[in-house]
Amino acid sequence: MTGPLLQIENVGKRFGGFVALDGINLTVAHGERVGLIGPNGSGKSTLVNCMCGTLQNETGRVMFDGRLMNGMSAHQRARRGMARSFQLPRPFVTLSVAENLRIPLLYAAHARRGHHLTHEEIENRCHELAGLVGLAAKANRLPRDLTQVEMRKLELARAVAVDPKLLIADEAMAGLSQSEVDEIVALLITMNERGVTIIMIEHIMRAVMAFSQRLVVLVTGKKIADGPPQEVVSHPEVIGAYLGQ
Amino acid sequence: MRSLVFYIVSILVGAALFGFARWLGNDYLFFAGYTVLQFIVLATAWNILGGYCGYVNFGSAAFFAAGAYSSVALHKLAAGIDRYVPESLAGLAHTILPLPIPVLIVIGGIVAGLIGLGTGYLTLRLRGAFFAIATLALAVVLQTLIVNWDFVGGSRGAYIIRPSEVPIIGSYIQYLFLIMLVLSILAIIAARAIEQSRLGYGFATIRDDETAAEACGVPTLRLKLIATTLSGALMGMAGAPFPYYIGYLEPGSAFGLAYTVNSIAMPMIGGTTSWVGPLVGALLLGTLQQIATVTISSAVNLLIVGLLLVGFVIVAPKGIVGLVQDFMRERGPEGSEPTWRTRLATFANMRPGAR
Ligand SMILES: Nc1ncnc2c1ncn2[C@@H]1O[C@H](COP(=O)(O)OP(=O)(O)O)[C@@H](O)[C@H]1O
Ligand SMILES: [Mg+2]
Repeated sequence: MTGPLLQIENVGKRFGGFVALDGINLTVAHGERVGLIGPNGSGKSTLVNCMCGTLQNETGRVMFDGRLMNGMSAHQRARRGMARSFQLPRPFVTLSVAENLRIPLLYAAHARRGHHLTHEEIENRCHELAGLVGLAAKANRLPRDLTQVEMRKLELARAVAVDPKLLIADEAMAGLSQSEVDEIVALLITMNERGVTIIMIEHIMRAVMAFSQRLVVLVTGKKIADGPPQEVVSHPEVIGAYLGQ
Repeated sequence: MRSLVFYIVSILVGAALFGFARWLGNDYLFFAGYTVLQFIVLATAWNILGGYCGYVNFGSAAFFAAGAYSSVALHKLAAGIDRYVPESLAGLAHTILPLPIPVLIVIGGIVAGLIGLGTGYLTLRLRGAFFAIATLALAVVLQTLIVNWDFVGGSRGAYIIRPSEVPIIGSYIQYLFLIMLVLSILAIIAARAIEQSRLGYGFATIRDDETAAEACGVPTLRLKLIATTLSGALMGMAGAPFPYYIGYLEPGSAFGLAYTVNSIAMPMIGGTTSWVGPLVGALLLGTLQQIATVTISSAVNLLIVGLLLVGFVIVAPKGIVGLVQDFMRERGPEGSEPTWRTRLATFANMRPGAR
C-alpha cells in the first residue's frame, strides 16, 4: 500500500458564524500512532466528526485509504475501516453490552474480513471484546447498569469491534484510574502492533506521551504543532496555549 | 430449531382456533374474530416501524385504506371489463378477473408498500414529532385523492358484491376469517424473524441512537426505508380483504380514526420491543372493543382505547410485556441453568431493555 492512510487537506467547519475548524491539514501514515491534543473547545471532536462523516466538512477534502470521503456517509466510512469512539459515550441503551458489540460485527467488520461472520464467530468475538476491556462479567447487562468508566470502555470496545484500519479514540480514558489508563494504552499499542493505525485524543499527558509516536496540537480550530512528542510539548506556542487556558 | 418449533406451534394454535370457532358454529364469532385478527396484523405492522425503529406513524389508516382501495379498484375493473378493458384484452381479463382474495392481498401489500417507500423517501431526515406529523399529512392527502376518484366510488363509496359461498369452507365469512388468521400468523412470524435478524438489530440501533448506529456501519437511511416499506405493505395487506368483509366501503370507514389509534395503542399497551406486545395488545383491546360494541355501543370503543392508553403510559410505560418481563428476567447467579422463566423470555425474544 502506497501513500498515506489518511490525508486531510484544508478542512474547515463552521457552526453558524463560529469557525470550529480553520483549514486543517493532517496526514497519517499506515501503522502510525498519533496523539491529538488541544484545550477544550479547540475542535478535536469536530475534526473527528468530519473525518468519520458524522459531520460533513464545508471546505477541503478528506482522503482515506486512497479514496475521497467527502459526501460519503458515516456508515460507508465505517465499513471502509474508520472507527471512532464518542467522547460522550453513546451506547445503544436497549441492547446489552454484548449486543452493543455485536452491531459493528454485523454491519461493518465483515467488510474487511471479506465475508459475513458466522453466528459463532460473532458470539466469540463479542465475548473476546468484552473481555478485552474488562466487561466480560457484564456482557448481558444493559448500559444503564454500567458505571461511567465502564460505559467508556464499552464505547472503545464498540469502535474496536468495527475491525478498523484507523481507530480514533476520543478521550476514551477520562475518569479511568492510573492502572486502567495503562491497560487501555497497552491495548491500543497491541492493536497498533497488529497493524491498526490509531489517533488518540487525550488530556492525560502521561498516556499521550506513552502512546504517541507523533503529536498534533489543535488550538481554536487551527493546527499549531505537528511532530515528535518531545519536541512538540516543549514548543513555546504549545506551552502558551496550555498555560493560557 | 427454535424457529421450527415456533412455526409448528403457530400453525397448531391457528388450526385449533379455526376448528374451535367452526365447532361453535356461530357466524358472529367469525365476524368479530376477523376484526381482532385484522388488528393483530395492523399492530404488528405498526410496531415494525414504531416499536423496532422508534418512528411513530400516525398514518396507519392511509396504508390500510390503500390496500382496501386497491381491492375496490380491481373489483370495479372486474365488474366493468367490457367498458374499461380494450377488446383485445377482454378475453384474458374475463379469465383472470375477479382476482381471488389472496392475490388481492399481495397486490394491496405492493401498493401500500410502495406508498410506504415513498413516505420513507419524503421523510428521510425527519424525526420524532415531525415524522409523525408528516405521516398524518399523508393520510389526509391520500383520503382527498380517494374522495375525488370516481372510479372507486369517490365520497359516495363503493358496493362490493361478494359471493355467499366458497368451495370447501362454505360460508364466506369463515373464508375471510381463515385468510386473516393465516395473514396474522405470517405477520407475527415475519416480525419475530426480523427481531432475531441482523435487520432487527439494525432497527434497534436506529431506535436508540442513529449517529452511533452510523458510526458502527449501520446504513440507517436504508434501514428506515426498509421499515417504512415493510410496515406499510403489511398494513395494506390487512386492508385488502376489508371491502369484502364490510360489503360497502366509503372513504370515511377505510380511513377511520380507529385504525390509526388502535394500531398505535395496541403495541404501546402490549409492549413495543417484542412481537408479543402487539399480539397481546391487539387481543386485549380488540376483544374488549368487540364486547363493548355488542354490550354498549361501538361509540365507546375509542374511549376505552384512549383511557387504557393513558393508564398504561402512566402506570406501565413498557406495556404488558414489560410488566411480565420484569418478572421473567429475575435470574439466578451468572451462568446458572436456564429456568422456565428465562427460557420463556428467550422464546418470546423479550429484550431486557424493552421500553
Ligand atoms: N454541533 C455543534 N453546534 C455548535 N457548536 C458546536 C457543535 N459542536 C461543537 N461546537 C463548538 O465547536 C467548538 C469545538 O468543539 P469540539 O470539537 O467539541 O472541541 P474539543 O473536542 O476540542 O473539546 C466548541 O466551541 C463547541 O462549542
Ligand atoms: Mg472533544
